[in-house]
Amino acid sequence: MLIKKPGELQTADVTPQEIYLQRRDFMRAGSALAAGLLLPGMAQATTRLTGMVKSRYSTSEEETPYKDVTTYNNYYEFGTDKSDPAENAHTLRTRPWTVSVEGAVKRPRVWDIDALLKAFPVEERIYRLRCVEGWSMVIPWEGFPLASLIRQVEPTGNARYVEFTTLHDPAQMPGQRSGVLDWPYTEGLRLDEAMHPLTILAVGLYGQTLPSQNGAPIRVVVPWKYGFKSAKSIVRIRFVEQQPKTAWGRAAPSEYGFYSNVNPQVDHPRWSQARERRIGEFFKRKTEMFNGYGDQVAQLYQGMDLRKNF
Amino acid sequence: MWNALHSLSLRQTGIAKAALFVAALVPLARLVWLGINDGLGANPIEFITYATGTWTLIGLLVTLAITPLRKFSGWNWLIRLRRMLGLFAFFYACLHFTTYIWLDQFFDMQAVVKDVIKRPFITVGFLAFVLLIPLAATSTTAMMKRLGGRNWQRLHRLVYTIAVLGVVHYWWLVKKDITQPLIYALVLAALLGIRLIFKARVGIPVVMPGHKAELE
Repeated sequence: MLIKKPGELQTADVTPQEIYLQRRDFMRAGSALAAGLLLPGMAQATTRLTGMVKSRYSTSEEETPYKDVTTYNNYYEFGTDKSDPAENAHTLRTRPWTVSVEGAVKRPRVWDIDALLKAFPVEERIYRLRCVEGWSMVIPWEGFPLASLIRQVEPTGNARYVEFTTLHDPAQMPGQRSGVLDWPYTEGLRLDEAMHPLTILAVGLYGQTLPSQNGAPIRVVVPWKYGFKSAKSIVRIRFVEQQPKTAWGRAAPSEYGFYSNVNPQVDHPRWSQARERRIGEFFKRKTEMFNGYGDQVAQLYQGMDLRKNF
Repeated sequence: MWNALHSLSLRQTGIAKAALFVAALVPLARLVWLGINDGLGANPIEFITYATGTWTLIGLLVTLAITPLRKFSGWNWLIRLRRMLGLFAFFYACLHFTTYIWLDQFFDMQAVVKDVIKRPFITVGFLAFVLLIPLAATSTTAMMKRLGGRNWQRLHRLVYTIAVLGVVHYWWLVKKDITQPLIYALVLAALLGIRLIFKARVGIPVVMPGHKAELE
């Protein structure tokens, strides 16, 4: 019997990176397509995005399946159960759609969504998303840095914060008929947080335009903060001098602070934030400071007491 | 039909009991079925925790509904279903607790102890579960006899406290939308309110020959 020794790996045995990446893309498009075909009754009116640039800010961690990303959502405008948004968001009309960029800026502008999409080249950002409820995902977003848009409107010296406002239209958003939150949903960032290269305006995921339940047609994604900081279906971006009031901050100020940076040491008053369950995994994993983006963002909070500024 | 329900023979009560036993296992069967068919959603552990918690609360409320129903309808045989219902509430509470300890925390006892002490909603939930244990343990006829009717009844009045703790546990864990816990709270308030009204109206229980006075 011939016993073969395992040989050294030859260069030829290694899949070239671009082939590997193409494979990933192929698998991904396939899974997105399959999900689109296999989820009856769901508004899958997404179109393929092309010409994406890869980003050095992307993680190589395993992506959360498309089906989970698009059926397990917190989007109270369409109901408070995780399954509600995917069931109810088909009533959202994403065209025509405008985003008003206003406030303390030299060149305010009301953008038509399609003009906005043409004006800024879209790149892929594979980010971890950590929800304040203690679960997390890895999502391949498509978007562009919010900073690109901010530079265009030229904030004045009075612009210290950025406020985001979600659409308010109970006819399209049945969840808004209940008073569970103060509508419209508002969120905010400090200007330097908004300008940070990790902060993007996302217009797609998994190479497709955003499904309505994920915040179509355009949303913010701030990967080092809890998910609710990343406002969905944005109609207004306003530059202001005072720290804006946020929807969750108004609802429960002691539980949802303005900064809401992911922080395993600062617990939510009613549950621990030390660990999280990555969707699709059985065991919980440790939550990382700033959701693992500390190297890039920690300097934004130098000298700040993060327990007080939770 | 209505009159036929007024008094059931022992055999008929047995049939009713068996039917109820099967019905009470449906929520568990559904979870198993969904589990096999990948129907538990993106966060299966959360789904199971939520479902078992829900059925614990429903079990408790249905158990507490037996006495008022019996008083209003005069269907005395309902009392024979009560023990089983209470034990089913305990059964789902055990599943709920096991899901938390095993699937959610994976026996990380340090984390569990910290949770129980530090988090009010876990504290009240855990307390409700612990209080259920003596009730389940003394649910047998032999235990009833050993304790004596009076003591047994006193002990089992704990169920009111348990139900309140259970509803509070649910109330404190939701992020914002209290619609569901509110429904449970209103049902519980009605069930306990009815008892208070009866107590005020009846004052001293009338003891029927051959019957124990029951004022629960």
